[in-house]
Amino acid sequence: MSANEQQIKIRVRGLNKSFNGRNGELVALKDVDLDVYTNEFICIVGPSGCGKTTLLNILAGLEKPTSGVAEMDGSEIKGPSAERGVVFQQYALFPWKTVIQNVEFGLKLKGMDKERRRQEAMKYVEMVGLKDFADAYPKELSGGMKQRVAIARAYAVNPEVLLMDEPFGALDAQTRAQLQEDLLKTWDKEKKTCFFITHDVDEAVLLAQRVVIMGARPGRIREIINIDVPYPRNQETKLQEDYIAYRNLIWSKVYKEYLEVAK
Amino acid sequence: MEGKSKKISSSVILLASLAIGFVIWTIISLVPSIGSIIVGPAKVFEALISEYENGNLAKNISISLWRVFSGFSIGLITAIPVAFLMGWYTLVRQFVEPWIQFFRTIPPIALIPLVIVALGVGESAKTTVIFVASFLVMVVTIYQGVKGVDPVLINAARVLGASDRDIFFDVVVPASVPYILVGVRLGLGSALTTLVAAELTGASSGLGNMIMEASLYFRMDVVMLGIILIGVIGFILDKAVLYLEKRITSWQEMREQ
Repeated sequence: MSANEQQIKIRVRGLNKSFNGRNGELVALKDVDLDVYTNEFICIVGPSGCGKTTLLNILAGLEKPTSGVAEMDGSEIKGPSAERGVVFQQYALFPWKTVIQNVEFGLKLKGMDKERRRQEAMKYVEMVGLKDFADAYPKELSGGMKQRVAIARAYAVNPEVLLMDEPFGALDAQTRAQLQEDLLKTWDKEKKTCFFITHDVDEAVLLAQRVVIMGARPGRIREIINIDVPYPRNQETKLQEDYIAYRNLIWSKVYKEYLEVAK
Repeated sequence: MEGKSKKISSSVILLASLAIGFVIWTIISLVPSIGSIIVGPAKVFEALISEYENGNLAKNISISLWRVFSGFSIGLITAIPVAFLMGWYTLVRQFVEPWIQFFRTIPPIALIPLVIVALGVGESAKTTVIFVASFLVMVVTIYQGVKGVDPVLINAARVLGASDRDIFFDVVVPASVPYILVGVRLGLGSALTTLVAAELTGASSGLGNMIMEASLYFRMDVVMLGIILIGVIGFILDKAVLYLEKRITSWQEMREQ
């Protein structure tokens, strides 16, 4: 996209990651090079075992690469930081905290005083439409609501980059469609760099400016495809010919990767 | 509607169960050869009144409860930090765990003779044995909780900018609270068991001693009274902790019963 004039936010070069498993060394990522541009929405698709979650964990600073480098704004990512928010597939809400307490936790860690952080957190609780549930505990919420809280929590600390690991993977189709639209709207308003992992090609094409296709064994990047479908997008975009063409193209490529794994 | 009718029927069943229990107890006590040992409810009730009136009952109950709470409290106060240190630092765990596992296999009652020789038959002996018994049970339970904290929650805190200190106090501690309460329940049960054993062997007061002394004079009504009181105390303590658990950890996901 021309708007973000290719300013690099995250730069990955020669990244390798291997684990020592029971059956010897397992190569999760091999020679991964990737640039993620500022304010870009980028989706990663690929079969399970292609190392997409490992890549996200390295960008989050939760795991260290075996070799190679991952940088944000030119400096190496050495550990987790509030500049890179993460939304996990399993929601990862603190069950002993209410919705508002979950959302304000990151602000509390930043040392913001109680009143201000409550106000600030409330903005994001409202943003995800859960104002009436601010004092509810996670156990009282549906899966979709939990993930909204997790998204609000990630947004509240105002990170520069959002890393999302199949955030809608565990939700039913209708909730997922709703959250996709909400996410698109939010991204449109508060342009943040979004690094979004999914196994759902439809979702990737709907959300992303670029889709990265990964292959498995070892995990590596196969191809990066620009999605030239104009924004704003919504569920109706899925009826457009250009969307369908992209979806079919990417689906056929991803399908090839699935077959590789099945072999 | 359905929930309410269920509730009523469950309390009716409880009452029926109690009534039938009392009937069976009475019938057994009416069998001549058994009745002299298992005395009936009426006689136990008389014993309750007379023991209450001569003041022994209150003294014995309060001294027993004091022993349980002092031993148990010291046990809890030490078990919590030890369990957290074990869960947080691998070195501490490797160092301490074999000892805990070893002492856990020894019934605390087996320590009583040793403790009596070392500390005499005074209060400190009983407190020590109860402390050891409840500490071992609680430290293992709480440690399991600390160790079992969901790593995803720890990661979620880290990516929000939490330091190790923040993670400890804002994630590990609250996540372990349910296990602390389970530990408290198990620890209290173990403290009560050990208390009675300690009082049966070497004490001049307390419910265990009351049972022991009464059996020497073949006062089976007082023996039965003592046994029932210990059961009632254990039951009340357990319910009290369960109530606390409900209040403190209402955030927990529970399976519907």
